[in-house]
Order: sequence, then structure tokens, then C-alpha cells
Amino acid sequence: MHFEHEIEGGNFSQAGFASSEIKKVLKQLNINIKVIKRVVVALYEAEVNIVAHAYHGKMEVDVDTDKIFMRLTDKGPGIENIEKAMEEGYSTASTEVREMGFGAGMGLSNIKKNTDELYITSKVDKGTTVEMTAYLNRE
Amino acid sequence: MNKPKFHHALKISKDICIGCTHCMTVCPTEAIRVRNGKAELTDNRCIDCGECFRVCPVNAIIIEQDDFNKIFEYKYRVALVPAVLIGQFPAEISTRQIYSVLMELGFTHVYEVEHGADILSEASNDYMQDHKETRPLISSFCPAIVRLIQVKFPALVDNIIHLKPPLDIAALYYKQQLVDQGIDEDEIGIFYITPCAAKIAAVKSPVGEKQSPINGVINMDFVYNKVYTGAKKISKDSCILPGTGRPTAESVCWSLTNGEAENIEGRTLAIDGIHNVIEFLEKLENEELKDIDFLELRACDESCAGGVLISGNRFLTTERLKNRAGQLKSEQLKEQETSGGISKYQAYLSDHLNISKVHPRSMMKLDENMTEAMKKMKRVGEIIKCLPDVDCAACGSPTCHALAEDIVQGEADINQCIFIQRMFEEKGILSTDDARGIMKQIWGDDKLKRNC
Repeated sequence: MHFEHEIEGGNFSQAGFASSEIKKVLKQLNINIKVIKRVVVALYEAEVNIVAHAYHGKMEVDVDTDKIFMRLTDKGPGIENIEKAMEEGYSTASTEVREMGFGAGMGLSNIKKNTDELYITSKVDKGTTVEMTAYLNRE
Repeated sequence: MNKPKFHHALKISKDICIGCTHCMTVCPTEAIRVRNGKAELTDNRCIDCGECFRVCPVNAIIIEQDDFNKIFEYKYRVALVPAVLIGQFPAEISTRQIYSVLMELGFTHVYEVEHGADILSEASNDYMQDHKETRPLISSFCPAIVRLIQVKFPALVDNIIHLKPPLDIAALYYKQQLVDQGIDEDEIGIFYITPCAAKIAAVKSPVGEKQSPINGVINMDFVYNKVYTGAKKISKDSCILPGTGRPTAESVCWSLTNGEAENIEGRTLAIDGIHNVIEFLEKLENEELKDIDFLELRACDESCAGGVLISGNRFLTTERLKNRAGQLKSEQLKEQETSGGISKYQAYLSDHLNISKVHPRSMMKLDENMTEAMKKMKRVGEIIKCLPDVDCAACGSPTCHALAEDIVQGEADINQCIFIQRMFEEKGILSTDDARGIMKQIWGDDKLKRNC
């Protein structure tokens, strides 16, 4: 099953809405609660990344009986050095964003911890695509 | 498959129910539907929060208590009294007088539940130390919240602290100390004067315990009336005191908002009101909220002072208890005066403090089988497109979305929607008679026979 949500850059009051919607769906599909937890944490982090850094983005989630595939694409500044961005505590977030309690530099490493597969592709000044997979029935 | 049975204190009296939508639309777990002109409760969704009880315009929702005469089945009859009972009365009615009325009603002992909080305060902090890997830990105090987490936030069940609430601790202590005086356990009846329905459910079908140490439950509104009429007849000087000591200033406020949170080390938060709690838990489940150590969550606004069986005003109740705490603090009572002897049983109680694992029982899933659940979800999506998004509840389900799910689960029909009915009538698919018949099935005959 396919689900899609638009994400607006800079709209912190709505950050987490798309992830919550997906969470509801996963609960209704009777997916293992531990998997739901991991997936939602990863989705939320990725969603906040778009809100904090990009102009506009989209969350796509495909739920299958054996896995959940998630793709978040955005139009934005892109990531210059993906390897560096993956490091815990590394952040390019502005002071304003940090003051709001976001941008602690834990986002991508947290996503990695909570998913089974993670691919990031990015073009500077164009945008970023984050693809994540969580396998079911492995818990 | 045998479905587990849940005891609910909330019952809908079919004779009194007028078949309106108040209870259905306010229920936080969508546990109510209207069929045949009467509200019906879905057992495995109800968390006994009592929101329906509050809004029912005709008092058709009943909180089932034990027959008061049940206390006389026991030779030793203990009334376990929460502090909020006292808080409801104006300051002119003294604690002594309130206790005296309880003794006159037939109790042989009166003991304040809050004594149990003294034991719990320390135990909770130890528990926090021993479970550093789980944060935030959620208090097990409010039974409606424990049930809410089980059915709606299953991923958070492991965050619930596995310690008994003050009520159970007080009951265990009082029973044991009577047994130690040589009294046969079978002759002791422990009765709790409850401010809410959830506590009754917790006594009758406990979570994480095989059996509750409490023998019966008496609704607080019943006792409230008895005290009001009885207290005036009792002179302040001649009345009896149960002689079990007074609770500490901290424990007196335990059941109020922040009563627990203030006694737990670390970053703590107190949230009251079921809808506030739901909003907060949604965020917590996404891990949007970090670095919180302890959460005190209560279903009622102003916590137990706002319990559904509290007759007094909740803000005044809170005020009186805070004043009482201030008074207790200024008197600087010696330990034997405050503990009521419970501290001597610390070792015994510590051995009996734990509850077992709390199991999730999600009500959210559309089907056990994921493939089936996906099929059902697709159908829900298709049905939703046809429904008007008005959430008028005229179909007998609380929202359009709930109706769509009910249809998919085979518990409702799309014709129940009045907007769909109009469309079908226009297209000639449905006759006016059929539409009338459908409405009759939901709302009963009466509502379509009004003289106007």
C-alpha cells in the first residue's frame, strides 16, 4: 500500500504530522509495535530534517507484508558531505532552528540506528533523497 | 478464540438512555455506538475514564459499586479513604467528623490511602535508578491511563512503572497489620471509597496483579451525601478518631496534579485531562519529546479532585488539600504521628510492591492478519470518499471515519449515513420506507414518531 504526504519547509508547527499519520496506519495494519516505533522515529527525524533545512518535500511510504519502504525527497540546499552529516552531533542547522530544539545533529545517525537499510543521495542546491527500509518479521 | 473479559464499572442503563450522541462523541477511545435507540459499550475499547458519565444528560450511565451491606459480611470493616474525600467539604466539616460518620455507617477502621504514598515515593525513585535504560517512565497511578496506553499506545506499555499505586499499598499494609494482631484474614474486609470508575475497574480486574487486596468498592458520591447529612449531628469534640496517624504533607497532595511528579527526582512533568494526555502520548510515541525522566499522567482535569464521582468543586477540593498539607507541614509532626505505623512494614511492603508486565491490547488494528488488514484499509479509504466528513453521528457511529471502519468490520452499513440515504433516494436505489427502517434500527421507533 502506498501513502504520500507533502512536507512544508520551515513549518515547524506541522513537523511530525506526516509521521503521525503513517503511525496510525501502521497500528491499524497490526504491524509489530517495535517495528512501528523504529519506523516512526526514523520518519519523524527525516521529516524534521526537511522542515529544518529544505523548502519543500514529500514523504512516500510503501507498506508490504515483508517490509516498509520509505522515501523522503526534498527541494533544498542538499548535503555537501553525507559521510560527515551521518556523524553524531554534526549539524548545519541555523541558530534559530537550534533554539527551537531541533538540529542537534542526531537526525541521520538516529535514522540509521532505526532502519535496516538507508540510502542518501543529494545534490548541492538541488535537494536530497533519503530512502529507508525496515523489514518486518525480523523482531 | 476466547476473548478475555474486562470488568467495567461503567454500565449504560437501557431503560434510562434516550439515545443521544453525547457519550459517543466524547469517548476518547470510540468505544460507544448507538443501536436500537440506545448507547452500547464495546468492552475491549472502554478504559473506564468516565467521560461519558460526565456528559450524559439523563444520568443513564451508572458506575456499578458494591452493595453497601457487603461490608457487614466482615467482622473487621476497613474504609480506605482517599484524601480527596475530605477535600470536597468546606473547612467547617473537620476530618474528625468525616471519619466519625464513616464509623457510624458501620466501618470499624478508617485509614487514609495516602499513607501508601510515603512508601511509594522512595520506591519510585529507586525504580527510576534501576531502570535508567527506559525513559520516560510513566506512573501507574491512574488506572484509566494504564488502560489507555494498553489500547491506544501499545508501544509505550514498557514505559509504565511496575509498582503498585498507593491504594494497593495501603490495603496490603492495613490487612497485614490486622493479621499480625491475630485477626483471621477472612474476617477482614477492605473497602475503598472511590472517586472514579477507573479505580473500580482496577480493583475488579487489575492489570499486572492476579487479585486486588481490596474486597469491595463504595462510590464516593454515596459517602459524600452521608457525610453531609451526618456530620452536622456529630459534635466536634465527642467524635471518634480512628487513631491511625495523619499523612505527611507530601502524601496528602499525591492524588492532585503534580502530587507525584514533585516527589520524583529528575525532569518530571504532570499532565491531567484525558485529551491532554492523548495529545502528549502521540508526540512521545514518535520520540518527538526527549530527556524527560518521569511522567505523571491523570485522566481527569485536576487529577483525582476532578474524579467523576467527586461531588465538590474540583478547584476548591484541591485548595482544601493544599491548605491541609500546609497545616501538616507547619505542625512538623513526629514520624509515629504521621506514618500511622506503615513505615514499620516497609520491608514487607517492598517485597509486595511490584506488578507484573503490562501487556498491550491494541484496539487500533483492523485485522490480526496484515494482508487482511491492508484489504480492509483500502476499503475504508474507498468508503471515506463517499462519506460527507460531517461527523454528525446520525449513523450511530461517532465519526465518518469510525462508520467506514464499522462498515468494513461488518458492524454497520453504508446506508446508515443520512447523506448517502438522500443520494440513494434520489437515484431510486433506496425507498423512503427503507431509509426510515434504517433510521429506526439505529435510533429506535420513538424518534421518528414525534408529534410536530
